[in-house]
Amino acid sequence: MHEMTLAEQMLQIIEEAAIAQNFTQVKTVWMEVGRLSCVEKEALRFCFSAVVEETVARRAKLEFIDIKGRGLCAQCECEMDINTLYDACPACGSYAIQIIAGNEMRIRELEVE
Amino acid sequence: MCTTCGCGTKHIHMDGDILYHHEYAETVGGHTHHMHASVINESRRVRIEQAILAKNNHFAQHNRHYLAQQGIFMVNLVSSPGSGKTTILIETIKALQNEIPIAVIEGDQQTDQDAVRIRATGVPAVQINTGKGCHLDAHMVGHAMEKLDLQSNSLLFVENVGNLVCPAAFDLGEAHKVVILSVTEGEDKPLKYPDMFHAADVMLLNKCDLLPYLSFDVSCAIDFARRINPALQVIQISAIQGSGLQQWIDWIKSGHQQAAQVVMTEKAIL
Ligand SMILES: Nc1nc2c(ncn2[C@@H]2O[C@H](COP(=O)(O)OP(=O)(O)OP(=O)(O)O)[C@@H](O)[C@H]2O)c(=O)[nH]1
Ligand SMILES: [Mg+2]
Ligand SMILES: [Zn+2]
Ligand SMILES: [Zn+2]
Ligand SMILES: [Zn+2]
Ligand SMILES: [Zn+2]
Repeated sequence: MHEMTLAEQMLQIIEEAAIAQNFTQVKTVWMEVGRLSCVEKEALRFCFSAVVEETVARRAKLEFIDIKGRGLCAQCECEMDINTLYDACPACGSYAIQIIAGNEMRIRELEVE
Repeated sequence: MCTTCGCGTKHIHMDGDILYHHEYAETVGGHTHHMHASVINESRRVRIEQAILAKNNHFAQHNRHYLAQQGIFMVNLVSSPGSGKTTILIETIKALQNEIPIAVIEGDQQTDQDAVRIRATGVPAVQINTGKGCHLDAHMVGHAMEKLDLQSNSLLFVENVGNLVCPAAFDLGEAHKVVILSVTEGEDKPLKYPDMFHAADVMLLNKCDLLPYLSFDVSCAIDFARRINPALQVIQISAIQGSGLQQWIDWIKSGHQQAAQVVMTEKAIL
């Protein structure tokens, strides 16, 4: 799994923000995780706690914001909630569903001091 | 390439050396320490709104831009270990190397055996050893491209680390991801590892010569893969016996022609 890479990338974003926005401690990290993204949240929490040792984020609490999967059917144009990449359209049964939300892996906000 | 982002080139090593990540922690650590005294300890919110893989995607855009300028067609081969990526590459190279210049970037956690196998065909190959890393990222690939001295209007193949999971999430700047599924792996793999089949544009169903000895259901495997990706193009091949390879070679040739044509049209406009 690539959770270690993701944790390193998160730390890099936070450290760049620390310079740009003048903070020395991160108290909370709010991270958006889409239902369809390939993030394993507990694995990421573990990796994050490992990479932030002795950094501005060493005391940071990691809060996940879950984002629902949403799809748009290419055949009948209806919108629906989706839980997997192979859900069928509940209206017409087609698998040709375009994902419009649920792929997110992004840092939304930090609480800092 | 990524030097335009201010990234040094010394931190990454290929062909046997260890691969390091950026040493950004050091500079930032120094900075924060320095500023500590003057900052009041008052908590506040900072909006970030940044995708975790934004850096990778940025490097991927640099790679893609460079490839487009040079008319190079880049294909990223992804699969679980042992599905036949290197064997397919070697057969593809043999079929095309007299017509089109080809270069290869090989990704493996350890050893340069696959690069050695590729170089035996006479085509240049750079091996990236990711160590504990389980995928290639766009930054490593950008540096490997620099090492390869790529010719314009050529083909560039990337053989990703054998792993059906996270190479799906990392854009390298390729024109297409091609996923290889071998018939010994079972027809349920697309449903178990959907991200990869979602990210790919072509699926090569390999080792079809073994079908008489297995209970693998080809149409079921294709059906599962197309549930995830209805537009997925499927080519059934045997890399060892050569069946189906012509269709794959034709697909490569037409992609290569398009990439070269785009550059020619742009030059004509200028
Ligand atoms: N029967 C049969 N065997 C094949 C075919 N293609 C590859 N193999 C065999 O499968 C094994 C693995 O092939 P490789 O080409 O090394 O696979 P790979 O995907 O590059 O493996 P990694 O780089 O280690 O992930 C080798 O023993 C090949 O000879 C095929 O079409 N039919
Ligand atoms: Mg290989
Ligand atoms: Zn529908
Ligand atoms: Zn840049
Ligand atoms: Zn670099
Ligand atoms: Zn990985």
